[in-house]
Amino acid sequence: MLASQLQAQHHLSRFSLSDPRVNILAAGIFALVAVLLTQWPALMLLLGLALLFNVMAGTRWRSVIKRLLAFETFMLLLVLMLPFSMPGETWFRLFGLSATIEGASQALTILLRANAVVLALLALLAIREPVSLGYGAAALGFPAKLIHLFMMTVRYIQVLGDEFQRLRNAMKARAFEPASNWHTWRSYGWLMGMLLVRSMERAQRIVDAMRCRGFDGSLYLRSQLLWRKSDSLLLLGLSLLALVPLVWQQFLE
Amino acid sequence: MNPSISIKAPLLSVTELSVSYTHRSVFNGVSFDLYPQERLALVGANGAGKSTLLRTLIGLNNQFQGQIVGFGQRCRQEREFQQLRKKVGFLFQDSDDQLFCPTVLEDVAFGPLNLGLSADAAQRKALQVLASLGMIEFADRITYRLSGGEKRMIALATVLAMEPEVLLLDEPTNGLDESAQQRLLAHLDGLSQAMIVVSHDRSVLERLATRAVLLEGGQLTKAVMHRHPHEHLHVHAEDRIAAGIHEQEHR
Repeated sequence: MLASQLQAQHHLSRFSLSDPRVNILAAGIFALVAVLLTQWPALMLLLGLALLFNVMAGTRWRSVIKRLLAFETFMLLLVLMLPFSMPGETWFRLFGLSATIEGASQALTILLRANAVVLALLALLAIREPVSLGYGAAALGFPAKLIHLFMMTVRYIQVLGDEFQRLRNAMKARAFEPASNWHTWRSYGWLMGMLLVRSMERAQRIVDAMRCRGFDGSLYLRSQLLWRKSDSLLLLGLSLLALVPLVWQQFLE
Repeated sequence: MNPSISIKAPLLSVTELSVSYTHRSVFNGVSFDLYPQERLALVGANGAGKSTLLRTLIGLNNQFQGQIVGFGQRCRQEREFQQLRKKVGFLFQDSDDQLFCPTVLEDVAFGPLNLGLSADAAQRKALQVLASLGMIEFADRITYRLSGGEKRMIALATVLAMEPEVLLLDEPTNGLDESAQQRLLAHLDGLSQAMIVVSHDRSVLERLATRAVLLEGGQLTKAVMHRHPHEHLHVHAEDRIAAGIHEQEHR
């Protein structure tokens, strides 16, 4: 699925063999550093580190770029809006609106920061089996409800996706082609509505099946994580690397 | 009359059971008993209410009139049905509804844990049931990565791990290929539990059922199962026919 798609099949890096807690903690530290950085050179270095992590993780560039592109569409909106919506010194004027230097610099900072974090998450978290991340988060003491919500999502997102695909195929099989017209929007509305209804019904059946097996509100996870010495070393290494830009920023100031 | 038969009490006993949704009556005045070792086929057209009947039996549908007695205990409220469900296993039509845990072992151990077994005992129980179905190597597999046939076998394991005395099977072979069907049927046939089987598949009924009832027009009637010789279609690879070895594939 997602994990296997992102990583080259033959290549199992240490990021996918370590204790999942290492990945979660390292990603957390990286994100924290990203939030604390404000200077461009330091942020550039952080972005470089995120790329380095991807090399270490052995992610496939093709799929990394595909995911980044999906993310950049969000960022594009921000980069276009922010210069015009922040007060400050006028940079240029367009259609009577003034873009500010402060806004532009803020947009660039956010762009660098967000890309660095997303790349790091791809290298550290996305290459893992989602289930093992759930175990890791549980072992780190995340709330049980959150863990079970996550595990259920992992379990059923594929089932939902398949259902969506089946409905889509059934539409295609009857020569449906999306266009920008009323028919398309109405059909998509029905598709989504049908998906929602079916999901509700499936959720009901799942609860029924759980009740049949004596479900009384408590769920159990069997954790078999083992923290090794190499995990400590990996976490230490990754944390030190992530801290370098922060130290450098202190030096720049 | 054989005395050992006359003292047997029914495991499940249903009297004048009726279910209706809003205005439409699904079935009306349904009565039957299920005795130990019996395998009752529940037959009927699509939408006749077979699945609804099974769901109502174990209290998953609380909009009903009539009397349901399980193991000598009248069941009316959720609490009573909870006790009943510990002894009655239900194999769902869609195994994706039944398997919700990340890994197979966790899923099979879920029922035993709910029965109050310790984590270790539940795991032992789960492994033992998986072994008995020949699925032991699937213990650490992730449930959503299994094939349809594997999912159905694991779903059966999750039910059997609770050591039920009655099995309710809702279209057990639905969506399975020939070999997965045969495998599942062979295991089901080897079980000692009383069963109620809903199926449109003739081979399932032929293999499992000891008697049959027909749900039709909202009424339950006794049905007679009889055989007649029939022709059926077999599909073989062309080169196997040419080599004359396709006869080995008939079993």
